[in-house]
Amino acid sequence: MESQVLLSVKNLKKYYEIPQGMFKEKILVRAVDDVNFTVMKGETFALVGESGCGKSTTGRTILRLVEPTAGEVIFKGTNLATLPYDQMRSMRKQMQMVFQDPYASLNPKKTIRQILMEPLRVHDKFDKKERLQKVISMLQIVGLSEYHLDRYPHEFSGGQRQRIGIARAVILQPDFIIADEPVSALDVSVQSQVINLMLELQKEFGLTYLFISHDLSVIQHMTDRVAVMYLGKIVEIAETEDLFNNPKHPYTQALLSAVPVKHPKEEKSRIILKGDVPSPANPPSGCTFHPRCPFAMEICKSVMPEPTEFEKGHTANCHLYIKNEEEIKHAVIYS
Amino acid sequence: MTVNFPKVPHAANTQPLKSKKQSAVAAFFSNLMRSWTGMLGFLIIVLLLFISIFGQWIVPYDPLLADFGKKLLPPMTDGHLLGTDQLGRDIFSRIILGARISVIIGVTTVLIAGTFGTIVGIISGYFRGWIDVILMRIVDVQLSFPFILLVLVINAIIGTGLRNIIISLAIGGWVIFARVIRSEVLALREKEFIIASVATGVSRIGILFKHILPNLFTPIIILSSLQIGTYIIAEASVSFLGFGVQPPEPAWGNMLNEGKDYIFSSWWLITFPGIAIMFTALGVNLFGDWLRDTLDPELKGE
Amino acid sequence: MLEKILQVNDLRIQFKSGKETVQPIRGVNFHVNRGETLGIVGESGCGKSVTSLSVMGLLPVKSSKIVSGEILFNNRDISRLNEKEFRKLRGNEISMIFQEPMTSLNPVFTIGEQLSEPLRQHKKMSKSETRKTIITVLKQVGLPRAEQIIDEYPHQLSGGMRQRVMISLALLCQPKLMIADEPTTALDVTIQAQILELLKDIKTKNDMSLMLITHDLSVVAEMCDRVVVMYAGEVVEEAEVNELFDRPLHPYTQGLMKSLPSNNERKSTLFSIQGQVPKPSEIKEGCVFANRCPFAFEKCLAETPPAFKKGEHISKCWLQEPALEEVKHSGEPSIVIS
Repeated sequence: MESQVLLSVKNLKKYYEIPQGMFKEKILVRAVDDVNFTVMKGETFALVGESGCGKSTTGRTILRLVEPTAGEVIFKGTNLATLPYDQMRSMRKQMQMVFQDPYASLNPKKTIRQILMEPLRVHDKFDKKERLQKVISMLQIVGLSEYHLDRYPHEFSGGQRQRIGIARAVILQPDFIIADEPVSALDVSVQSQVINLMLELQKEFGLTYLFISHDLSVIQHMTDRVAVMYLGKIVEIAETEDLFNNPKHPYTQALLSAVPVKHPKEEKSRIILKGDVPSPANPPSGCTFHPRCPFAMEICKSVMPEPTEFEKGHTANCHLYIKNEEEIKHAVIYS
Repeated sequence: MTVNFPKVPHAANTQPLKSKKQSAVAAFFSNLMRSWTGMLGFLIIVLLLFISIFGQWIVPYDPLLADFGKKLLPPMTDGHLLGTDQLGRDIFSRIILGARISVIIGVTTVLIAGTFGTIVGIISGYFRGWIDVILMRIVDVQLSFPFILLVLVINAIIGTGLRNIIISLAIGGWVIFARVIRSEVLALREKEFIIASVATGVSRIGILFKHILPNLFTPIIILSSLQIGTYIIAEASVSFLGFGVQPPEPAWGNMLNEGKDYIFSSWWLITFPGIAIMFTALGVNLFGDWLRDTLDPELKGE
Repeated sequence: MLEKILQVNDLRIQFKSGKETVQPIRGVNFHVNRGETLGIVGESGCGKSVTSLSVMGLLPVKSSKIVSGEILFNNRDISRLNEKEFRKLRGNEISMIFQEPMTSLNPVFTIGEQLSEPLRQHKKMSKSETRKTIITVLKQVGLPRAEQIIDEYPHQLSGGMRQRVMISLALLCQPKLMIADEPTTALDVTIQAQILELLKDIKTKNDMSLMLITHDLSVVAEMCDRVVVMYAGEVVEEAEVNELFDRPLHPYTQGLMKSLPSNNERKSTLFSIQGQVPKPSEIKEGCVFANRCPFAFEKCLAETPPAFKKGEHISKCWLQEPALEEVKHSGEPSIVIS
């Protein structure tokens, strides 16, 4: 694959301030804290992590559905983070989003025709007749038909609604789609139908996906590269197969080991993590994972680890891999 | 596994969907039939509208015509169904004509207060920021004033009469709309389908008109129907205190006012207008409650 | 022979909504042996939750009705108990854990106050005894600082901790049967692993039976001894867990397993069962799965298959009819779709 950068996210931050009344200091929630990654054209890049790790916020911040606190989002050479509202609006025809909850993401008062027409209308694509043609052919592509045009979302099942949500995202033929947990609200048998649809559409329209999910088996199946997030930070990035075969960061290792077995006879050695994810309002010092990490060292409590590079663009942010003691001392002094 | 499945392409879910939607009117009535309180409210409202439109043709006597020879007749005498008042005017006719005043005041006030309050609520809820802070503080200040007192004060300043009572009621009433609609807008703003439209590239104004407004329709209807009852009662109270619609024009409130001196000798002077007010308020509220239960998706199962 | 602690025989439940009646449970049979974990798997709407609610006597009284069948708990039919009799059973001999740990605790009471409820209901204990029992149970479910948590409110705890509190609530009266309805669905994978581990642990320690309701086959593989697969209000297959994963007999079970991403080659088109689950109102004569089944033939559309037994492996599919064995092995299966 010829690799061409489509999107690069640099030092992206999203902090929320929670006022605590007049005289107390505001609490700062670091939902996304200095996130860096690049997405290549045509690939499926995954953000994985547990609830509250900031993966959804990252996705929404890239699309400016949430305003970033700091950092750059460079999409095809344009920094989206500082783009004026109207220019951003017209950029949206190149980047779309699929949402998790197919029940909440479709306006209950609109028919399918209105829902699918809207993107064409706001970006003024095609004339009126062509638009309808386009809507109908899109419906057929996602496995529905013309017959569904004048129905309301509540008349459809969860799987069908998700198809409509996907049709809405793809109808403008964007280059880039952010899919935020697109299949986690669906039943297993419907889930596989929707995954297939997304894979097919990717082939047909040459789409690039940013796939946000907590479901490791889905990620293993359909993505090319994965970034693992923990408490607003990326702790490891690798090619999907590489990550699943050879996870470096202790958190990734624990996460992978926690996935239930596929067959009752399968024996799995588990790394059971202690306790729960700390609050992003009050993250631990140093490496944010250290209170739960089975390999935590002294240095982890005070120094935030920098990414260490392994082969094939595999990086992990962990002190275990900073072997040079000099370096450690250096890091301590200058932190 | 022993057997192999043939590969099936991702399938069209062509399961039969619900048959063509019932027409809205049929659905409305079949729903109404299920609730006797809603039905009762609806019937009272229909009756009220009917007499306020056709009142002048069904009154047996001229409601303004004084006949001192026939004053203070008890009900069911001399062809006066509900008796006559201290000037000998037919009470039944006056109540029927008074209905029109009540309906005009209720409906017009809701239109004015509702429109203004909704606009303020939308601006406040959708744009937030300093404009929201200012508007909501105004609302807070006004809400700390008793409604009736405020209406009376405004009336005292701008004068009495039908037009002025509507103005004062509307000034007193818009805050409720502003408050409720603002909170609806705030909730809607965060809904995923709104965020989805932003992601599609719809402009701010487009979001407001195409997505937020249609979803405000239901709460506006519900709130309006409930507020009409409040305004009718408020008008009666204000008229009773002598500030509202002025005699000899028959309004239920001023009928009560005029009749209060005769309360021990001629009970019918205040009893029948009182019952009229009660039934109207009851009918409007019953219907409003039913509307809320029917239209509110929180209460209605998916 | 194993002792059956719970037997559900030919259970049929009807629901009324408006003028229509639907029957989401149409003849369900299964049992739970003493000390085992029985998994009930199925997709949303298959009736697995309704079945578990009926065992707990928690079906809505006005709108639902057990039309026929019996639920034997320790050989006593509990399907027609009144509310008062059920209250003696619930939380005492049978207890339940729900999916949503966030909403199943009352936010205005402390953990201790909520946990003392079942003890007051079923056991005569002094206040200090109650407190001691609660702290023991909280420790047993692996909550740190049990002495403090007892006086805290639900919002002070994380999701995983709340689910632990729910489990301790279910454990308090040492029930013989615990029903867990999707206990880990709302939790993250690492927390899920903790909770599943905990459930296994307390099950052996307390000599309980566990009825685990889930949509997740890997949770079943992890936890269960036997499995019941439900589809559209019927039990379509029942087997020992290894047997089920090695040799699923019903096409629905096979389809479910084949559609898991982990059972497909990376990036390939996933196997998927076409169409969708029929609504209870759409179910006609014949096999409930016939309209989605790649092997369906005339008989499937006409007649409802009985439960065919192969030892302990039960499946409700005409392909398992002994006379049809040859058809299955002769070449490509025919596809008849209505």
